[in-house]
Amino acid sequence: MAGFILIVIAAFFVPGMILRTKSIASGRKGPGLFQPVKDIIVLLKKGSVFSTTTGLIFQIAPAVTLATVICAMLLLPFAEQKALLPFEGDFVLFAYLLALGKFFTIIAALDTGSSFEGMGASREALFSMLVEPAFFILLATFAMFTGYTSFSVIFNHFFVTGNDYVMIYSIIGVYLFIQIAMVETSRLPVDDPKTHLELTMIHEVMILDYSGFDKALIHIGTYLKFALYGSLIYNLIVPAGWNIFLQAGLFFAVQGFFAVVIGLTESFRARNKMNKNPKFILTLSAIAWIAFTVILILTDKLA
Amino acid sequence: MLNSVLFLAILFLSLLVFFIPGKFKYHFTLVLLLCGVVLTSVWSGMLLAGDDQVLEIPLFAPSAGSTFILTIDRLAAFFIIVVNITVLVGFLYARGYLAPYLKSKNALRFSIHYFSYLWLWLSMLMVVMIRDGLSFLIVWEIMALSSFFLVIFDAEERSILKTGISYLIQMHAGMFFILIAFLIVEKTTGRMSFDALGEYFTGNRNLPLFLLFFTGFAIKAGFIPLHTWLPEAHPAAPSHVSGVMSGVMIKMGIYGILRVIVSMQSDLLVTGIIILVISLISGVLGVMMAIMQKDLKRLLAYSTIENVGIIGAGIGLGVTGMALDSPALALLGFSGSLLHVLNHSLFKSLLFFNAGSVYQATHTRNLEQMGGLMKNMPSTALLFLAGSLAICGLPPFNGFISEYLIYMGMFQSLSGATLYHSIVVLGSVVGLSLIGGLAIFCFTRAFGVAFLGAPRSDKALHAREVSAGMTIPQYITVALILLIGLASPLVVKPVFEIVTRTFAIDDPVMVSGAFTANLAQISIMGGVFVVVLAGLLVYRRHHLSRRQVDTGPTWGCGYTAGTARQQYTATSFAYNYNHIAKPVLQTAKEMDEIKEEEIFPRRRSFISHSDDIIKKALIDRPLDWLAGILKRIAVMQTGQIQHYILYAFIFMLLVLLLSILKII
Repeated sequence: MAGFILIVIAAFFVPGMILRTKSIASGRKGPGLFQPVKDIIVLLKKGSVFSTTTGLIFQIAPAVTLATVICAMLLLPFAEQKALLPFEGDFVLFAYLLALGKFFTIIAALDTGSSFEGMGASREALFSMLVEPAFFILLATFAMFTGYTSFSVIFNHFFVTGNDYVMIYSIIGVYLFIQIAMVETSRLPVDDPKTHLELTMIHEVMILDYSGFDKALIHIGTYLKFALYGSLIYNLIVPAGWNIFLQAGLFFAVQGFFAVVIGLTESFRARNKMNKNPKFILTLSAIAWIAFTVILILTDKLA
Repeated sequence: MLNSVLFLAILFLSLLVFFIPGKFKYHFTLVLLLCGVVLTSVWSGMLLAGDDQVLEIPLFAPSAGSTFILTIDRLAAFFIIVVNITVLVGFLYARGYLAPYLKSKNALRFSIHYFSYLWLWLSMLMVVMIRDGLSFLIVWEIMALSSFFLVIFDAEERSILKTGISYLIQMHAGMFFILIAFLIVEKTTGRMSFDALGEYFTGNRNLPLFLLFFTGFAIKAGFIPLHTWLPEAHPAAPSHVSGVMSGVMIKMGIYGILRVIVSMQSDLLVTGIIILVISLISGVLGVMMAIMQKDLKRLLAYSTIENVGIIGAGIGLGVTGMALDSPALALLGFSGSLLHVLNHSLFKSLLFFNAGSVYQATHTRNLEQMGGLMKNMPSTALLFLAGSLAICGLPPFNGFISEYLIYMGMFQSLSGATLYHSIVVLGSVVGLSLIGGLAIFCFTRAFGVAFLGAPRSDKALHAREVSAGMTIPQYITVALILLIGLASPLVVKPVFEIVTRTFAIDDPVMVSGAFTANLAQISIMGGVFVVVLAGLLVYRRHHLSRRQVDTGPTWGCGYTAGTARQQYTATSFAYNYNHIAKPVLQTAKEMDEIKEEEIFPRRRSFISHSDDIIKKALIDRPLDWLAGILKRIAVMQTGQIQHYILYAFIFMLLVLLLSILKII
């Protein structure tokens, strides 16, 4: 339960911190920390405009996507507390739930009949397909290393071995999770949420036609997703046995660190050329294979 | 005794289809089908609920040498149930689908069609029930023949007849392998039966015989590179037949492979790896090719190859588990693959029926001519969506459950595995996750382009929803899909038992108990998901009712004269993907570029197509080569009688010469 609540709290300030980091890095005064939350409140007050081309799918897609994120949150543990619904192989469900949300975002974009949104949908489908193996290799190596297949147990057993290689593995793992998170939440270098040209957008162009309540749902889903991945990273870094209040403090520190990393990346890095993106994402899978090799050494399979 | 009489009655009563007046032919067939479905399902149910190993029903008088005995064990019982569900639902659907043909085709054609349908079903039942080799080959042949007659229902079109014949030839190539395998068994053991396999395998090398059987059965199942009949035959057949063929007939190949594996004694590890590798190649390549298709039914056919790959991966893992003495891996691999057999039979037949509905409403199978169908055909669209979500393995639908079991087989075996084994398993994880991602690409494209957006042609614009008689059977299938998805322990528990009994896996209680608990958690999560989603939607409705809701055109970036032709098409959706997949798929386009000096470009055309490279290399090229040789020989066919007399003379001279030289 604690994990669930902490993710919700983190979702309040993580997107604001990203914006803040970006504005500080570029020397602007920038919006306040809670601007994204205020934006959502504004959206909730507004009415909606629906395209005449769209139908049922367009209307339910944001709710489906948000529901998948909420369900995915139930699978993550916090400290020694287990997740709300832990079971063996919950990370498979985690990945497939998020994929279900993607499925609906993609078909909702196609529902508008707009060529821009079709383009975004095609790109999103391609990139999220390519990122899938990296996530699964990483989690398979967790399973191989710890002998468990549930988020709640994997993270508890991660630091027990006391082997120094775990550090290397943690670093690769954190790096990969950040990168996967950035692909999945449509941030740089694969996608740029602040781009102004429809032709260069991926996620943003898919939700062009949304307004009011539905748009608010989409934003809430995205913010929760940030905090969700932040929580994964936290679990990977911090051993489970520590004091619960220290843990909570560290949780927010890690979420903050995650937000700052995203903000800094977006400030100092240009977006990839669109046709470079597949190569970039496939590289993540390659790095995941390195993580696998590290684990092979760790478990004495590769002398 | 009663059982065999009843079964024989159904076999012989099927002949009456030819003599029933046209009006009642359908009803008669349906009644007969229902009786048979109830009878055989009761047999399976009795066996599964009871404690007996097998249920034996001698078809004719039980004399000593009689080989025509129906033997039902747990594996057979499972397949009987799978066959019955899809065949029955398919036939319910067929009434609406065939209605437009009632005027254009005469009663005899319908008799042949219904008769073949009945016999396809009966032969599939007998394939899984018969152990004797010769009888097995006979019913296997009946299965090929009856499905051939079903495929060529629309034989007025020459291309369909041609496809049908090519299908028949490829089926016989498969049968040839099975026949040889059986003959080898007979030569060694003196018996030609699946029951003799155990005896053969104890004394001889296992791999060569397995490969023979595997090749024969894999042609039926559609493993790459033996899949070449599948993408041709499925689109040619009427949709209820495609649904049955893709949903259950190809599974007979899977059944055969499993039946052989049950008896295997050694060479298990290498067998497992071979199956795993071939399956993953089938899975990835199948869905990769599916993405490039514009013909909806052909797309589904390639996706069938993908799913056979997933089923095969489960089998491969199971066999590896047997080899490594890892009950968890064996149980999860086999159970995942068996459950996927059932799941795929449900959602793939659903999708094929659906494609049939779309075809009836729009008279096209070309995705590029569809679009916006959801407005006029809401039921069909929702059903297709349910099928798509299930086939992509997304929760809370049934595809997720079987893929989850297979994934878990992989993960569970990782921790104690050797280096070599770890690499193989991790490769499979990558393959399976890639298949999942590609399937989502494939079906967002298919659903989005066909049903969403604006209509791309007049055909799509004027489409009307199909009759309730066609949608209700599909709703039945969706209900079953959701049942497995949301209450998986109910179905998985029996499957676990079937697997442990069939493959003699030790100590299954710990693993199967743990996984029933895991599946219960997944079911809870499914429930939570449904509740959260319903809550959000209800609140959304409430929220919107108090706000101003307007409608307007889709955002056109300032351009206001947008047309349906500007939408992303099936081809453009796959453009980026095609860019990456080109080295594998060899897609080609034909166009001439606009030259610089061309001030007013003339009208030009653009064609892009993606051929099945394996079919090209394995069938088209050798055939062309053969045809080339035969053409050269045809020089001798002059049509002049003198020449033919000369040939005869030369021939006799040759015979004389050879016998003088004592060569012949």
